[in-house]
Amino acid sequence: MNRIENLSRRGFLQGVLSTGAFVLGAQFVPEALLSAPSDGRATADAGLGAAGDPVGATAFHPNVFVGLEPDGTVVIVAHRSEMGTGSRTSLPRIVADEMEADWSRVRIVQATGDAKYGNQDTDGSHSVRSFFEAMRVYGATARTMLVQAAALQWNVPASECQASPEPHVVTHVPTGRTAGYGELAAAAARLPVPPKESLQLKPRSEWRYIGKDASIFDLQDICTGKAGYGMDAHREGMLFASVEHPPVLGGKVASLDDSDALKVPGVRQTVAIEPFKPPHAFQPLGGVAVIADNTWAAFQGRRKLKINWDNGANASFNSDAYRKELEQTVRQPCKVAWNRGDVDAEFAKGAKTLEAGYYVPLLAHASMEPPVAVAEYRDGRVEAWAPTQDPQAVQETVGQVLGVPKENVLCHVTLLGGAFGRKSKPDYVAEAAVLSKKTGRPVKVVWTREDDIKFDYYHTVAAAYMKAALGANGMPTAWLQRSAFPPIGSTFELNNTYGSGGELGMGWTDTPFAIPNLRAENGPAAAHVRIGWLRSVANIYHAFAVQSFAAELAHEAGRDQLDYLLALIGPDRVIDKKNLGADYDNMGADYKDYPVDTARLRRVAELAAEQSGWGKRKLGPGQGMGIAAHRSFVTYVATVVQVEMDQQGKVRIGRVDSAVDTGTVVNPDSVRNQMEGAAVFGASLAKYGEITATNGAINQGNFTDYGMCRINEAPREIHVHIVQSDAPPAGVGEPGVPPFAPALCNAIFAATGKRVRELPLTRSGLA
Amino acid sequence: MIQLTINGVRQSFDGDPEMPLLWYLRDGLGLTGTKFGCGIGVCGSCVVHQNGAAVRACMTPVRVAAGAEIVTIEALGSGHEGGLHPVQKAWMAHNVPQCGYCQAGQIMQAAALLKSTPHPTDADIDQGMAGNICRCGTYQRIRGAIKAAAGEAV
Ligand code: FES
Ligand code: FES
Repeated sequence: MNRIENLSRRGFLQGVLSTGAFVLGAQFVPEALLSAPSDGRATADAGLGAAGDPVGATAFHPNVFVGLEPDGTVVIVAHRSEMGTGSRTSLPRIVADEMEADWSRVRIVQATGDAKYGNQDTDGSHSVRSFFEAMRVYGATARTMLVQAAALQWNVPASECQASPEPHVVTHVPTGRTAGYGELAAAAARLPVPPKESLQLKPRSEWRYIGKDASIFDLQDICTGKAGYGMDAHREGMLFASVEHPPVLGGKVASLDDSDALKVPGVRQTVAIEPFKPPHAFQPLGGVAVIADNTWAAFQGRRKLKINWDNGANASFNSDAYRKELEQTVRQPCKVAWNRGDVDAEFAKGAKTLEAGYYVPLLAHASMEPPVAVAEYRDGRVEAWAPTQDPQAVQETVGQVLGVPKENVLCHVTLLGGAFGRKSKPDYVAEAAVLSKKTGRPVKVVWTREDDIKFDYYHTVAAAYMKAALGANGMPTAWLQRSAFPPIGSTFELNNTYGSGGELGMGWTDTPFAIPNLRAENGPAAAHVRIGWLRSVANIYHAFAVQSFAAELAHEAGRDQLDYLLALIGPDRVIDKKNLGADYDNMGADYKDYPVDTARLRRVAELAAEQSGWGKRKLGPGQGMGIAAHRSFVTYVATVVQVEMDQQGKVRIGRVDSAVDTGTVVNPDSVRNQMEGAAVFGASLAKYGEITATNGAINQGNFTDYGMCRINEAPREIHVHIVQSDAPPAGVGEPGVPPFAPALCNAIFAATGKRVRELPLTRSGLA
Repeated sequence: MIQLTINGVRQSFDGDPEMPLLWYLRDGLGLTGTKFGCGIGVCGSCVVHQNGAAVRACMTPVRVAAGAEIVTIEALGSGHEGGLHPVQKAWMAHNVPQCGYCQAGQIMQAAALLKSTPHPTDADIDQGMAGNICRCGTYQRIRGAIKAAAGEAV
């Protein structure tokens, strides 16, 4: 669905644009956003009592705006959140390209949270994928109207006028007469919107911004300390709060002595926050807030609180015992999620089999900016300023927690100091709103790093069991994979223990191997902490198991890892969707446009290998190379990692080569930056990432015990190779992560003969 | 009353002398370019210059900064062409930031590194920058930008 209207006189963007501006509003509803999203999000909405999708109604709900001021400034509203992936820059560049606008005259304004923008949840690496065509149509509409305005003014046929090659100007070709865009704003504002069929989209060869490197819009502000993050939000008269949360999920305050806290200079009061009503979803955890005149005083006061907690049922959660349960679960038959052929019959034939178990622990997001929000409650309305991936979830959650209609919640989206999925969950914004209501003042809630790490929505802990029967040439004739992990759905629904179709569709029910008998299973696992999305989600543990096991089989067969992987991928083919898992949702992407195409997977594997010097590089003792290839977020990535073991037996990651086929690329430099970052993110989780609990309470609390790569620990050289492609654009922010850990562990095996089946590497003394 | 100079402006602080400079800058003076990342001196988000040397503002009680000249990211470029320090220019030329939250600290740390070591080796960069975490993983570009700024930075 796609509708564009001329809103110039309707005051839609009052305060952002002047009255003389030419304003187009568009309602774009990518198909992906019409269907129920995966990962329990549908239940999430149900749990939160969402009013349903605002789209689909006949009313016009423009979700993207372009404005042209009489002075020629183009204003584009960014309706997605910027957390470091560059979408705040990429999406407007698509519009500007088709519009033939001069990029240096484009200003970007961040949208507030509002159903009129459609779904704004910035997750799943689909901002560009979902809005690419729509943004082009939008830009072409504006350009066409400006050309028409000029033609009318000059009383010449529009066909004699054009808006290129010089940007921001319409030229009457026969006479060479020109008019700047700004001069045409008033005239264009009076024109009807041309039908979509009449538009001429630019051919690829004439794209001026799409496919060209660009700096992010906020670059200079970031480098000069002017960029505004949630941490920097400020309201006159605001108070500062720090919240002591129950150490165990579901815990409650049994007794509180705040007398010492109140003696801290600058501390004004303490406020109890109600525990959530299960399921926890995005509600605040509850606890005790210390309210003070500045952040430091709030932190100090909090240290002086004396609280006895009633920990509740999750106090039984201990990571070591829990791991054993998970590993037992996957050693037994589980629920079949996807089946082809008959693995049991094949195993029964008595051929050689190989089995292995893999384990990935709980992980925390630990974005550099911890959760933080400012909220002001007044007369039944809330205004919030927050680094959020999902301002509408802020509206819903704050509305639900305070008992006000969500329309009465206005959410300003700041820049996000990293998010990685954490900031899709607005519990911290709801805390600020609750505290503002109770204190009658604007309140800023600042989470400490310890709060961030101890009270995350963790990337889930997962165990996998793999078994294969090997045929004559060492290739598997049967392949069984079982996983068990507390699912994200547990956050939204009690007793939800099985992976959703969305989670299993991330690398479990779409394994693109040419194996005649293949079965994917999933076992139950109960959650004892909050579980949520983290950059690349279930692909992390699925790819770790599948790509590690593939390399184990290669070794067993006495074959080169790359050759064996290519043989597993098999002949080039587009896999029929019928042959994937039953509720395979393809990240909401239309399967026609984004099928599983094994040729693309093969090509990235070959490209990464070739560029890395695979098979040609002379490796000394203690050195090794490993490869992994994985499709996620409808993008294909292969990564080759080269390692060297130091004298202490610790791994050093030298060179990384990542090849990525993400279809049409809007900003190649952003793709490179994301892939470089994904390698570091992957290296961090593989080397150090582990959250554990003792009696329900999280053991880690800061970067000292939840480690991540520093400059001297990160891969030394990361080379990104982008496959040139005319295919529709795909995801970029996440798909670089999944192949990294298995490629690294495959390299360690090549270097040492030691097979790593559990993460992080600190567990095996390798990091 | 504690006197100190921040970005060339004399300030008098009469709050808790144990308050880390970080919170005085951010909450007291509205200089929010200096970021809070860990609060215990291990991430580098809060690096500022105290008498020209990189210090962690989260670990520097205001009393320790008494009489000092403090420079934050907001004023790093003052006096430089275009209002940008060579390190900031190099950062921009290399498109270093992703989310950008760590970058003020990285830039302040890099500027101090180049002041003491104008032509750093990779090992010098490792050592000088290891206290600064970038969760987005921009280290390769940070290294490249430091090398590009080497020799130009003052
Ligand atoms: S906030 Fe100061 S070093 Fe992390
Ligand atoms: S750019 Fe995001 S933490 Fe460094």
